[in-house]
Amino acid sequence: MFFWSLVLIAVGIFSSFIYGRSRIKLNSKKQGTKSKSLPNYYAQYVLMWCLFPALIVYFSWAIFQEQIIQNIVISNFEYIEGAVYNEGLLLAEIRNVANNPSFADGKSIEIINAASHYSSLRQISQISFYTSIIIIMLLGALYASQKLKPEFHAQHTIEKYIQYILIFCSSVAIFTTIGIVFSLIFESLRFFAEVSIFEFLFSTEWYPFIPIREGQTAAEGSFGAVPIFAGTFLVMVVAMCVAAPLGLLTAIYLAEYASQRVRKIVKPLLEILAGIPTIVYGFFAFVSVAPFVKAFGQSIGIDASPTSALAAGMVMGVMIIPFISSLSDDVINSVPQSLREGSFGIGANKAETIKKVILPAALPGIVGAFLLAISRAIGETMIVVVAAGTAPNLTGNPFENVTTVTVQIVVALIGDQEFDNPRTLSAFALGLVLFVITLFLNIIALQIVKRYRERYE
Amino acid sequence: MSNSKILANGVDVYYGSKQALFGISMDIKEKEVTALIGPSGCGKSTFLRCINRMNDLIEICKVSGSIKVDNEEIISSSTDVVSLRSKIGMVFQKPNPFPKSIFDNVAYGPTIHGLVDSKNELEEIVHSSLKKAGLFNEVKDRLNEPGTSLSGGQQQRLCIARAIAVNPEIILMDEPCSALDPIATAIIEELIDELRLNYTIVIVTHSMQQAARVSQKTSFFHLGELIETGDTKKIFTNPDNSKTQDYITGRFG
Repeated sequence: MFFWSLVLIAVGIFSSFIYGRSRIKLNSKKQGTKSKSLPNYYAQYVLMWCLFPALIVYFSWAIFQEQIIQNIVISNFEYIEGAVYNEGLLLAEIRNVANNPSFADGKSIEIINAASHYSSLRQISQISFYTSIIIIMLLGALYASQKLKPEFHAQHTIEKYIQYILIFCSSVAIFTTIGIVFSLIFESLRFFAEVSIFEFLFSTEWYPFIPIREGQTAAEGSFGAVPIFAGTFLVMVVAMCVAAPLGLLTAIYLAEYASQRVRKIVKPLLEILAGIPTIVYGFFAFVSVAPFVKAFGQSIGIDASPTSALAAGMVMGVMIIPFISSLSDDVINSVPQSLREGSFGIGANKAETIKKVILPAALPGIVGAFLLAISRAIGETMIVVVAAGTAPNLTGNPFENVTTVTVQIVVALIGDQEFDNPRTLSAFALGLVLFVITLFLNIIALQIVKRYRERYE
Repeated sequence: MSNSKILANGVDVYYGSKQALFGISMDIKEKEVTALIGPSGCGKSTFLRCINRMNDLIEICKVSGSIKVDNEEIISSSTDVVSLRSKIGMVFQKPNPFPKSIFDNVAYGPTIHGLVDSKNELEEIVHSSLKKAGLFNEVKDRLNEPGTSLSGGQQQRLCIARAIAVNPEIILMDEPCSALDPIATAIIEELIDELRLNYTIVIVTHSMQQAARVSQKTSFFHLGELIETGDTKKIFTNPDNSKTQDYITGRFG
């Protein structure tokens, strides 16, 4: 049904545009004056008045229709005394029967009645939907056409409308972010109502299984997230040990030693690394790197598990190399040439210039790049899901398997999707912690980079 | 007459396929100030940067011909650029102190060249260089503050101190006062006059008054060619070439 209504709206905006255009030409000819704006602006004006009210109706119908119909059906349902109903199941049954009459066999008469009620309500809704769309478009076009006079500044009004549209578009992203943050906070509060925040932050026992029924063998779950934070930190440290030197040295090579031609080829190639889907890195870590790490561990007498912090961290390090190299390359490049000349002019060679003049000058920017890379590393999910393991393990040994915040969120959300117990709700608390940490890292990093840029530009 | 310090012979410079200097031959005397003047883009800075091989930093720049410093050829792949540059200090158009303390800015050169054995010695060099640059009294209480915190004129004198600290014989100055106000300019000009006693100075300047005030010899460049060179007094009062005459009387440039 909503497809045909889109066609309807498309016809509406097309004809309103044509109408607006010819109408203003006619009006200005009648008055013998030239219109203040070009005819197209008047046409756009009519079009907008035709389109936006119709869109509002369209979306509110799409959002609320089903809910309202269900509420009416349920409130009119003839409950049988004494029977216990599950509203969700009941609704599903009614909908099934309504959509597919062959399901009606063997259903109780109340359900069949309700199903026909449901179908008729839908039909009414559909008819009134089309009529209201048509009416609202006509009303909009009518209102707009009254303004189609040559002395009306259609262009100014259109520009104002366009500004509103742009503001709307940009606020979508902002409000979505705010919405996500609030949902994180509120769901986390639900979690912390059942689990103490001190246990979550400071206890070292993560055992997120809770008895679903009375008398199940699963003991009381415990939610101490310390091993998870430790695992995240360990993987991040391994990743940075790989990415920081490789990325920084790559950046120095690109910015100071490579010729323009090499730079033009190598930099985009490196940035492709950032475009590889992280799950592919995950395969790579699990299939190639993890066995290698295990074999290496055995060869030096350390018992390595098949998934390990080291394997995940190393591959993650490779993944974030382009973040560090690309950003550091930019900051090194923005160190003014005059500083290089000053240093060379005294007779310093390249290495001395880089070590003693360029890197100190670029240091704040490089630190910023590192912080952004760190926040990327701790937010990374797929590599660690595949290659680091899922069992919480409080250890400093990178050959053992560990688990990270992101992995535990995945684990918490798989399977049981009812958000009414601490196990699933813990995902939100973990997500909140992750969000707060990366937010702070990003803010600090951007501040550092910004301050640094101001100094030289 | 004093001796020849820098002897250029038939220097051509190309940026890519564009020729920027055409057969420059020039004799720069010891312990004198030689001013290079000329309109923008005439190649005077390019020539200056040939003397300490600064053009090496520009990938597309090709230099041919001969420049001898103390009778040693420097336009050659076997030239030791590092020791050449330690012998020839350079001061740039825009003051470019390193993002380090005032002390470390001056100490940079002596340290990388291993000129000092002890901290005291380093301190002595830094202090004496700052004194020679006429900056010591202004900054002696804040040697640990960043060099960038100084005023423009002070920064430029810091850069001069930094160049002097490696004990060069020649100082190249590429429009050292163009970013400074008249008072700071006057201080630098006075300083140049003092430095002349110990150093050979080549200065590129846009200001003809400045050239007249500070230099003993003046060379006029135009479109990549050296039009005329000689005693400053003569160039400014009675030039041989009509183009020089036109330029110094302000008819073009």
